[in-house]
Amino acid sequence: MSMVDVQPAASGMTMTPPPSQRKLPGWAVFILGTVAVVGVLAMTSYLTGQPALTSTLTMQNTVTLGLPILLCGLGGIWAERSGMINIGLEGMMILGTWGAAFGGYHWGPWMAVVTGMVFGALGGLVHAVATVTFGVNHIVSGVAINLLGAGVTKYLSTLIFQPLSDNPRDSPPIQQFDTFSATGFADWLGELERAQRVIISDVAGLLRGLVTRVSPMLIIAILLVIATYFVLWHTRFGLRLRSCGENPVAAESLGVNVYFHKYVAVIASGALAGIAGAALVLGSSPSIYQEGQTANRGFIGLAAMIFGNWRPGGTLAGAGLFGYADGLRLSATPEAVHALLYSAVIAAGLLVIWQLANRKWITAMLAAIGAVGVYVLYFFTDELPQEFLPYTPHIITLVVLALAAQRLRPPAADGVPYRRGEGD
Amino acid sequence: MNARLRSSLLAPVLAVVFAAVLCAIVLIVSGANPGTALGAMIGQVREGQVAVDIVNSTAIYMLAALAAAIGFHMNLLNIGIEGQYRVGALVAAIVGGAIVLPPVLHWLVILIVAAIAGAAWATLPAILKVTRGVHEVISTIMMNAIAFGLAAFLIRRDQFGILVGNNVTTEPIPSSGQVPGIDLGSKGTIFGLVFLAVIAAAVYGMVMNRTRFGFELKASGLSPTAAAAGGVNAKKMIVVSLLVSGAVAGLVGMPEILGRDHAYTLNFASGYGFAGIGIALLGRNHPVGIAFGSLLWAFLEKAKGALDNVGVPKEIATIMQGAIVLSVVVAYEIVKRMELAAEQRRVGQATGTAIAPAEEAAK
Amino acid sequence: MTDTEVVTTSPAVTLSGITKRFPGVVANSDVHLTVRTGEVHALCGENGAGKSTLMKILYGMQPPDEGDIEVNGRQVHFKSPSDAIRAGIGMVHQHFMLADNLTVLENVVLGAEGLYGIGAKARGRVRGMARSVGLYLDPDTLVERLGVADRQRVEILKVLYRGAKIIILDEPTAVLVPQEVDELFNTLRTMRADGYTFLFISHKLDEVRAIADSITVIRRGTTVGTVDPKTVTTRQLAEMMVGSELPSPETRESTVTDTVVLQVEGLTLETGDGRRLLDRLDLQVRSGEVLGIAGVEGNGQTELVETIMGIRKAASGRVLLDGQNLTRAGTLARREAGIGYIPEDRTRHGLLLTEPLWANRILGYQTRRPTARGAFLDIAGARKDTRRIVEQFDVRTPGIDVAAASLSGGNQQKLVIGRELSGEPKLLIASHPTRGVDVGAQAAIWDHIRDARAAGLAVLLVSADLDELIGLSDSIKVMLRGKFVADADPATVTPEDLGSAMTGAGHVDESGLLVTGGDE
Repeated sequence: MSMVDVQPAASGMTMTPPPSQRKLPGWAVFILGTVAVVGVLAMTSYLTGQPALTSTLTMQNTVTLGLPILLCGLGGIWAERSGMINIGLEGMMILGTWGAAFGGYHWGPWMAVVTGMVFGALGGLVHAVATVTFGVNHIVSGVAINLLGAGVTKYLSTLIFQPLSDNPRDSPPIQQFDTFSATGFADWLGELERAQRVIISDVAGLLRGLVTRVSPMLIIAILLVIATYFVLWHTRFGLRLRSCGENPVAAESLGVNVYFHKYVAVIASGALAGIAGAALVLGSSPSIYQEGQTANRGFIGLAAMIFGNWRPGGTLAGAGLFGYADGLRLSATPEAVHALLYSAVIAAGLLVIWQLANRKWITAMLAAIGAVGVYVLYFFTDELPQEFLPYTPHIITLVVLALAAQRLRPPAADGVPYRRGEGD
Repeated sequence: MNARLRSSLLAPVLAVVFAAVLCAIVLIVSGANPGTALGAMIGQVREGQVAVDIVNSTAIYMLAALAAAIGFHMNLLNIGIEGQYRVGALVAAIVGGAIVLPPVLHWLVILIVAAIAGAAWATLPAILKVTRGVHEVISTIMMNAIAFGLAAFLIRRDQFGILVGNNVTTEPIPSSGQVPGIDLGSKGTIFGLVFLAVIAAAVYGMVMNRTRFGFELKASGLSPTAAAAGGVNAKKMIVVSLLVSGAVAGLVGMPEILGRDHAYTLNFASGYGFAGIGIALLGRNHPVGIAFGSLLWAFLEKAKGALDNVGVPKEIATIMQGAIVLSVVVAYEIVKRMELAAEQRRVGQATGTAIAPAEEAAK
Repeated sequence: MTDTEVVTTSPAVTLSGITKRFPGVVANSDVHLTVRTGEVHALCGENGAGKSTLMKILYGMQPPDEGDIEVNGRQVHFKSPSDAIRAGIGMVHQHFMLADNLTVLENVVLGAEGLYGIGAKARGRVRGMARSVGLYLDPDTLVERLGVADRQRVEILKVLYRGAKIIILDEPTAVLVPQEVDELFNTLRTMRADGYTFLFISHKLDEVRAIADSITVIRRGTTVGTVDPKTVTTRQLAEMMVGSELPSPETRESTVTDTVVLQVEGLTLETGDGRRLLDRLDLQVRSGEVLGIAGVEGNGQTELVETIMGIRKAASGRVLLDGQNLTRAGTLARREAGIGYIPEDRTRHGLLLTEPLWANRILGYQTRRPTARGAFLDIAGARKDTRRIVEQFDVRTPGIDVAAASLSGGNQQKLVIGRELSGEPKLLIASHPTRGVDVGAQAAIWDHIRDARAAGLAVLLVSADLDELIGLSDSIKVMLRGKFVADADPATVTPEDLGSAMTGAGHVDESGLLVTGGDE
């Protein structure tokens, strides 16, 4: 299934190659997308009178909640680019939260990151052994890791944390990172934000959220995004790793040690999930390990990865989107979240215009129907039921998957079991 | 035939043994005595209502595992069992409390509603899979989370919930909708719907092995291309498989609701879905294997309370469960490869296809 | 590094006594092969003769159980392809090993990043070498945009980049049209003059004779002999490959009746972007007739077969079986109406490999006797009928409970044919029915098809084996780019004429009949 097969040969019958995917380079899309999103949010904020949509607090929450998602998404990229599906990110992140709490309690926040990473990597190692060496179905192994991760952490919590915190479900609090802010700049932005001028205040609010109470975790995460991009796309190791995910048999025939690269990829994936766990612990208040803390963020991280087309930049965007949904809920009133429906209407409206410009009548019509439907929902309800709010990211994930699934380009041999020497 | 039985049992047995050894090591390392732990758990079975609880739990796990197994035959991982049984239970409880029907008919209707609700919750992932190619693992996980939200919403006091003491439940189901059990006095009551689980397992076995539908389902999972050439509509099979799996999942909450609680409460249990997946793997999607696997799981769940008395964190039982799942799939792979190599060797010898250079009448 | 000219004492490659065993099978037994430097040496043999295994050993992908390998006079032991590459050997596989989502540069450089890095220096080198193999594309082009011939050039580029001087080509012409074959051969001749050595695996004997300096024949895992192409005929080569009288599928008396069984009118199949894979096709197959479809692979034969079977949905046109309109029917309904189907790839479309033989008997027949009764399966019936097929069609197996994957290709195919003939079909669609099947099984399969034909079965035969096509068919249609372009009379047409028509170069008269060439 994985091997690139010969194209049918026939004079005149050579397949027309698919239309080139991108007319714009990646960074241009990123900037354009950011501008569009900020614009939509600003418009919504103005039209619905909900400044919370673009407030500093919302942005800070976005960062805090988006970090674990981003790191899990990066973990997903490392694994899937080598052809390994890692559903077990959730379990590895759980291991990471425990490890971080343990390390943080004894040795402070920096060690928390390290121990979180190590615990997550151990989970990755188990997954790698099961799938790479024993050829177990990737997804089944991932599900087992999730079970195992949860079980092991519960056990260790009862054993080690309960004496310390009197509660088998929580750890004692650990020391957090010192955050820093670009105070001068932030103050100026604060003034702009308070001035409540359209767009300018919104941008100011969002920016201010990015430059105040910045945790080293954010810096670490950004560095990891850049590192992922650089290593996977501009180094020999990265090329070999990607080839394992595109055509492992070809890679093997060229002397690439496929097993080795898959192992490294999956362990790195676990390590990143572990750091995500650390970010989660360090970002909570109180900063503790708590049973059930991860709340399926590992899977949302995978969704961010898919949204980002298996690329670090796109995953960053996806994590930002999902983090925003999560963050808004925490920082704002239900009315503000309700206002998000309005931005969905605006976004759908933009989609309609774009599809019309591309002459895609049917999709345009569907988008128009969607826009009207969401607007009706917005108009006739005052607020979204409280109970659904924690699950807005999940709903958004489903919508994104449903809409985007077919324009994506996963690694060609993703999830395909591989055994050495079985090529041809 | 005996050889086949032996080889199908090999992997699960190996897995359980390996997991047990692993847990023993974990216990020893954390300063406990595995022997004492096991002894405490076995002894627990005699206490109070534990034995009956184990039987009841076995039935529930069986239903969840059957739901998972149906999906597995089509290479679909229905992680969504968690959400599907929650929605099934809630909707069924609401409907059950609202309608009035004669006994037996009442709870039969409730069961049907539960199955339909469970299937309904599986519909969106099914459609997304066949139309947009969205992998069912992620979509069902999302649906699980949303199911929590839906449940929390529907059980609000201004929706369908009513306050009963400290608990919020749905409208209680009248006695006509309650399924009688087998009352063993102080030992507890065996849920009447335990028999549902047994019947379900039997029907599952029969459908899978002896009907056209079961054959087509399995074929689609083994080789979608061969199945298509053989006249099976793969997309239809995917949707049907997920819907049936969801329907069976919807029934998972029924033994407890119809046999004990008579309403959906805030304490409604979770975790059956993942257990079902693990048990289906352990039991190799075979009804008898699933039955034994469910029994083992139920034992671990219900008897682990005893571990507190001997100072062992009861989460060791959860580790055991997770370890079993992982070891069983690893064991399968090992056994599968050994078997294939052995069989190829056998066929090679039996048919003389070992190529000898000299003679060979080109027939 | 090149040992040019005169002192060609050491051959480029010497294999002596190579033996390789797999569980249940001996792939190579005491193979001897000598390749001189600067020659094009062809390795010929049937499917399953052991050519691929031998080349995998030479390329370091498998270790030999016994025997020695010498490269340029020095004995070598390869543990992996990297060792072989270091010794100057490169391999261009039959199934291209390219990653679609990576660029040409990335594909070429993968595994050899140490040579010139992966950046500008490598790019420059690739650009330079590309011209010498006839590739005129930007190295940063994604491979998925390349056609077949260009992909092959990238494969050759890969080995050149790594400094290979001895190049193994595995069935390189299998996927090329004649014009591309000529281009390839010209490239080979130019490179040979520069001192490169080629080891050329093929079973297309006339091509081999056109390009090779020397031919070694392998049969059943062992060397039969090495010959000079100038001194042997194609027929002699074929007999060396097969080892006995070539089986000939010639059919004598006509059994064609007047009853039209399969009627296809205006059948059209389109891709998403409007390209026509099948273009308004008309055909008729009568009871007792074998209609052969000739054509280079990829001209729509697979699509035609799958559309008739209902696996693909036609855009327009009609399919009638015995007068019954099946155009809207699904695959199952078409099977039930009386169509048997032998797919071209039995492992992917004909069998459930991990299931026992009796379960495979049910596949496609899960609604009919004797394998099913109503909604239920009749397992006893299936087992009984499987035993009958095993006996009647000489399927070599220890029992009906073994998995289909354990059977050899020929026996798997016999099982499939037995199954498809057992439903008393009115029409049999046979797509490459003897592909990957050993000679003995091939003859048996031809017999079965002939017997069924005599009993009134209508057969639609698609095949790339022109001898099979000419020998079995009562009439032949040639397919090109989704259209029928010529009819041929098997009694008078030659493989060469058929080949020309298949590639669009044929000579066809006004009524669409192939005009056969004079001699040769």
